[in-house]
Amino acid sequence: MAEPAHQGAQAVLTMPDGQGAWASEARAAARARFDAMGAPTKRDEYWKFTDSAPLSYDTTPHAALFRPGEIPLFTNLDRLKVVFRDGQFDAEASDDLAMEHVEIHMLAEAAKADLHWAKDIYGVLEARGQDPVSRPFAALNTAYAKNGVVIRVTGKAPKPISLIYAHDDEDSDAILHHVVKVESGASLTILENGPAAARFNKCMEIDVADGGEFHHIRAQGRDHERRAVTHMFARLGTESVYKSFTMTVNGVLTRNECVIELTGDDAVAHVAGAALGDGKTGDFHHDDTVFITHDALNCESRQVFKKVLRNGAVGVFQGKILVKEGAQKTDGYQISQSLLLDDDSQFLAKPELEIYADDVACSHGSTSGAIDEEALFYLRSRGVPEAEAQDLLVLAFLAEALDEVEDETISEELLGRLQDWLARHR
Amino acid sequence: MLEIKNLAVGLEEEEKQILKGVDLTVNSGEVHAIMGPNGSGKSTLSYVLSGRDGYEVTSGEALLEGEDILEMEPEERAAAGLFLAFQYPVEIPGVGNMTFLRTAVNAQRKARGQEEMSAADFLKLIREKAKALKIDAEMLKRPVNVGFSGGEKKRNEILQMAMLEPKMCILDETDSGLDVDAMKLVAEGVNALRDAGRAFLVITHYQRLLDHIQPDVVHIMADGKIVKSGGPDLALEVENNGYSDILAEVA
Repeated sequence: MAEPAHQGAQAVLTMPDGQGAWASEARAAARARFDAMGAPTKRDEYWKFTDSAPLSYDTTPHAALFRPGEIPLFTNLDRLKVVFRDGQFDAEASDDLAMEHVEIHMLAEAAKADLHWAKDIYGVLEARGQDPVSRPFAALNTAYAKNGVVIRVTGKAPKPISLIYAHDDEDSDAILHHVVKVESGASLTILENGPAAARFNKCMEIDVADGGEFHHIRAQGRDHERRAVTHMFARLGTESVYKSFTMTVNGVLTRNECVIELTGDDAVAHVAGAALGDGKTGDFHHDDTVFITHDALNCESRQVFKKVLRNGAVGVFQGKILVKEGAQKTDGYQISQSLLLDDDSQFLAKPELEIYADDVACSHGSTSGAIDEEALFYLRSRGVPEAEAQDLLVLAFLAEALDEVEDETISEELLGRLQDWLARHR
Repeated sequence: MLEIKNLAVGLEEEEKQILKGVDLTVNSGEVHAIMGPNGSGKSTLSYVLSGRDGYEVTSGEALLEGEDILEMEPEERAAAGLFLAFQYPVEIPGVGNMTFLRTAVNAQRKARGQEEMSAADFLKLIREKAKALKIDAEMLKRPVNVGFSGGEKKRNEILQMAMLEPKMCILDETDSGLDVDAMKLVAEGVNALRDAGRAFLVITHYQRLLDHIQPDVVHIMADGKIVKSGGPDLALEVENNGYSDILAEVA
């Protein structure tokens, strides 16, 4: 692990100027964390299925711009838009940041101000998430993030905040770090979409106080050359709710990490993902790495990850449920499944349970399978053409993950995109 | 309606001949029954006609209204008017029964150059057909055949048949796993579809289904061939004496 940590990182990455004391301290501490752990290598157990090299700052990234000409997701939703272009805040393309019950700051500005609630979260949840498994790219992010949103919600947010990541520069490196504080009884939905940059490192820290609700819907793709590493660090209070769904299509390398701590009794955390990759239209490697810690009574966690892989696409799932001593009545569920549409594709899964309480219900399952030929014939015998029948079965496979999206309008829109993708990749 | 001429079929994976020259003609408006001992090739015939993988046609042809269907994809056969009610209907988790039926109905209409059925018309039609088969709204919403009892699965097959209105219906042991009441319901569903423009091929082990669905012609199949054909009395003969007498007679 003690390799020189990203020789190039020092040269490429610079800490933002003009930071206030708390931000400078948080960044310096993160840098020290990163130096101590070093960049991931192939010898790291946590990176044995995914090559981190394209994410390292020793190389200059390059990604062709992807302009499919379709209406971007969430366009017709009533939302508050915050646009980042290659990692820089684009105020002109964004909406006015004022909204009832919600404070929205830019990290670049907030770092200069004394926002006590932000400094209690920034780099704090990330640092907590470094134990027992280190997450070097997250520490790097905390140290060098150029910008991001810093959000505090004190009531029910009247509409979702939509983070839009535009990509205009073929060689851009974007590092964004968001902080979300959901106060007691408050609720917020965050949407994320857009190709972001040639290389994207994004971190979001979410602190949900007692009775608060955080909902998150993210769409990654259809850009093919995306190299992205993302982290979600969440801490959940009593009776709070955290629900996150990610749809991913295409992408040469995507690593989505999610680290959740259930620290208050009766909290609920659901994390789900649907990823589709077709090696024929570009290399596809998608990695979902999830770590959920139960540290309170009667909490529920649910991980539902589904991948559809074809023509040499690779899917990875590393998911853990850790039930700490005393976290009785834990209800933990984890399912990771892949649908391999040919013999060339690959699904690598490492499901883990670690339980130190004796009165819990935890289950996990992981499967790889092909299209059910019996079901396919049954559909065709009723007149459904083969390609359409296969799509129907693929969507049926993804349904359990998509069902995690509570908002029907959003769920329908995502379903439409999945159908379109399948129709293009027949 | 359906003309099968000297049809010989083997398995793709192994050297095994299952159908050894089947000749069968079913005219429009008729109901034919095929009976025969286990392993005689009855189910294979139904699968080959509907286009299931794994079989190799070594000779002969099968014409639906004069058109050879053996070269067609399963969905093309369905659009041409062929329907197989499965002996073991397949469970499809994640696909709602209603979505499935609507996709099928509209795919067939599209293949025939007809306009898609509107959601309202579809709903009206399916409610009416489902009611006759005692299929409730809950069953329509559930994933296809998932958690259905044996009887529910078979009724669901007949519902599909009623919705798709095929010309040539093949029922593969639709009576298996049914109690008397369920069998009556299924038979009523089939009888309601009897029509001068439609024909049925009913594959069964037992005569009792034929009490409810009166056949015009009964065929006995053995060792991959139709060995005897006759009127409804032939089914009674099987019921009373088994197959051995008939097989001895034709041997």
